[in-house]
Amino acid sequence: MDRGAGGHVIDSLRGQNLLSLSDLSREAVVEVLDTADTFVEVNRRAIKKVPTLKGRVVASLFYEESTRTRLSFETAAKRLGADVLSLAVASSSVKKGESLRDTIATIDALGIDAVVMRHASSGAAQQVSRFVPHVRVINAGDGQHQHPTQGLLDAFTVRQVLAERGATTGPESGAALFDGLRVLIVGDVAHSRVARSDAAVYVTLGAEVRVAAPGTLRPPGLSDWGVTIVDDLDEGLVWADVVVLLRLQSERGTGAFVPTMREFTQTFGLTVERAATLRPETIVMHPGPMNRGVEIDSAVADEPRAVITRQVTNGVPVRMAVLCLAVAGVTEGRGE
Amino acid sequence: MTILLRQGTVIGSDAHHSADVLIRDGLVVEVAERIDRPAGATVIDAHGCWIGPGFVDLHTHLREPGAEEAETVESGARAGAVGGYSALVAMPNTEPPLDNVALVSHVLAQGRRSILDVAVAGAITQGRRGELLAPMAEMARLGVRLFTDDGDGVQSASVMRRALEYAKPLGVRLAQHCEEATLVAGGSMNESPLSGRLGLSGRPALAEVVMVLRDLELVRLTGAPLHFLHLSTGRSLALVAAARAEGLPVTCEVAPHHFTLDEGACDSYDPHFKVHPPLRSPSDVAAVRRALVEGGCDAVASDHAPHAPERKDLAFDEAPAGMLGLEHAASLTFEALGATGPSASRFFELLSRGPARIAQLRQSDDRPSHSAHGGEVAAGEDANLVVFDPGATWRVDPGRLQSRARNTPYAGRVLTGQVRATIVRGALVVSDAGLV
Repeated sequence: MDRGAGGHVIDSLRGQNLLSLSDLSREAVVEVLDTADTFVEVNRRAIKKVPTLKGRVVASLFYEESTRTRLSFETAAKRLGADVLSLAVASSSVKKGESLRDTIATIDALGIDAVVMRHASSGAAQQVSRFVPHVRVINAGDGQHQHPTQGLLDAFTVRQVLAERGATTGPESGAALFDGLRVLIVGDVAHSRVARSDAAVYVTLGAEVRVAAPGTLRPPGLSDWGVTIVDDLDEGLVWADVVVLLRLQSERGTGAFVPTMREFTQTFGLTVERAATLRPETIVMHPGPMNRGVEIDSAVADEPRAVITRQVTNGVPVRMAVLCLAVAGVTEGRGE
Repeated sequence: MTILLRQGTVIGSDAHHSADVLIRDGLVVEVAERIDRPAGATVIDAHGCWIGPGFVDLHTHLREPGAEEAETVESGARAGAVGGYSALVAMPNTEPPLDNVALVSHVLAQGRRSILDVAVAGAITQGRRGELLAPMAEMARLGVRLFTDDGDGVQSASVMRRALEYAKPLGVRLAQHCEEATLVAGGSMNESPLSGRLGLSGRPALAEVVMVLRDLELVRLTGAPLHFLHLSTGRSLALVAAARAEGLPVTCEVAPHHFTLDEGACDSYDPHFKVHPPLRSPSDVAAVRRALVEGGCDAVASDHAPHAPERKDLAFDEAPAGMLGLEHAASLTFEALGATGPSASRFFELLSRGPARIAQLRQSDDRPSHSAHGGEVAAGEDANLVVFDPGATWRVDPGRLQSRARNTPYAGRVLTGQVRATIVRGALVVSDAGLV
């Protein structure tokens, strides 16, 4: 797997920016997953709050509409006791073409410890991290590049499901449950930041990753990602322990990458017929928002094997873990 | 004004010799082993330096009219002078574009007030929209000898064919920015495994090659001369070299960033490294460098593209493409060629004599807007000269550039080889590596 800027590998997220999962070592990922496990318990309490980030200020800076991710991050920050400055840039006066440097400088002037950032342009979080080196930057999705917390919550969800089946716990198993785990990523890989983060995290954790995508939706260099490209989706589905479906980004790009939605569904969608060929234990995942009836049939999305709602639920403890590590530099969430 | 260049190495097209050079009233009046200092002459010690014809840039974006916050003819000329240039060709992708006599006249007039000779490249099509031919004959009467829609290539094969057919009897040359638009649409860096990993849409090398192939066939059909701007791939350079070997009237230039920087710089998402055509793979960079050294290109052109600082503080895919070039092109070319004897002639061929031929600036003809450039350093020639010190090193400090803009990709780099003096029409405009 290629590494991020400067080939620098991060062995622990403590006190670090989270820009790309290509930068994280296996130890760093496991540390996040283990920390997130401690917050699952917090989220089940009547009083769902710990004081780990009390007095800290976390800005949420969303240049792109994303109700789900923004709510998940802001809930995570509040449960850690942080004050949240929420700036929905997409609906504010800041428009495309305004200097990233000016916007972040303005927010920084209010006094912040961290910024959670979503932007339609790849690399925007990395650029901002250079403008405010004293602020921790958490990438909440940048263009077609990375969506690191999605990759982490996906891996967390898989580990949680497998641990429950094996009557063990996530922290006890570490990364062992990923050894040789067969993960199949299906669909619009070229335009998907989730695909890049998922591929990176599963490869790092020791899984075997295959990718099935139409020829026009395979990004250049895909074979260098540590994944195997498969042309036969049906063979891949029988093989897989985990199937990751991606949203077809029909709004991105400049032209039709697939002839019709219907043909895409017939060739790369998880239809009811295809889902019937999956092994009983195979897990089906989707980062949301789903195009029901396009990449996944509505009935399949509602099967018990589909852990899509659990992915959303796990977003909060995983993002608490990321904020806790990156901002407070501690792995212990229970606090005072 | 009388200037005596003392004890430099005069670099001719084929031979070098140590000499003094005397300049008076706009002309070189004597080149000899030893010249006594005339009364009142300014003496410049050129010991250890090369003396050659002033550089000629085929590809300068002066941004006037329309983006004077980034550059003006006046500030661009200052940057050019510090870079050793005595003449610049202003690109027509201004706002509005230089596609008519009034606008060309305006820029030529601004040029006459500047410290260099400024020639203009006119647009091939009205508004650079690639649809209807611009009035090339009228612009040619003002002295325009080069036409281009640079910034974009002429996309329609039929429009490009007509443009070549129309230009040929006018005695002017067209120049093409080779990127096929549908292949680069939305792209912001070279298409490669790196662009795939970074999630940036690509501008494939293929887009350049496809247009070069098409245009070579159009030149074969029409017989009209064509200049290829900023070629960036080994494949397109090889195609142009093969066409030239067949006798087709084609020339090409390369830009310093394409032989000194590769696409790896985009890993940082720093928009200072965004340029069109994009920084390419290391193997393409090596191919461009080979063309530079071995003769596979006719000129180094700066593609000086100033942008106001805030424009480079945008996200990578939103930021405008282009980087500064005039003030470091000569040093970067020198570093790439090396300091051996034959390199000195090649250095001046690439930076002065070659581009002067392409831009038809060798003779002043009937054009009052400029003097003759790219000649030999000999008595009777117009005194457009540069004194270049191959032993000096300097550090690129964005804050000290003469350009109004600061978007250099070489900030902090220490470069070897420095322009010590620039003489334009017999006047000393740069001395001790600074403006007079």
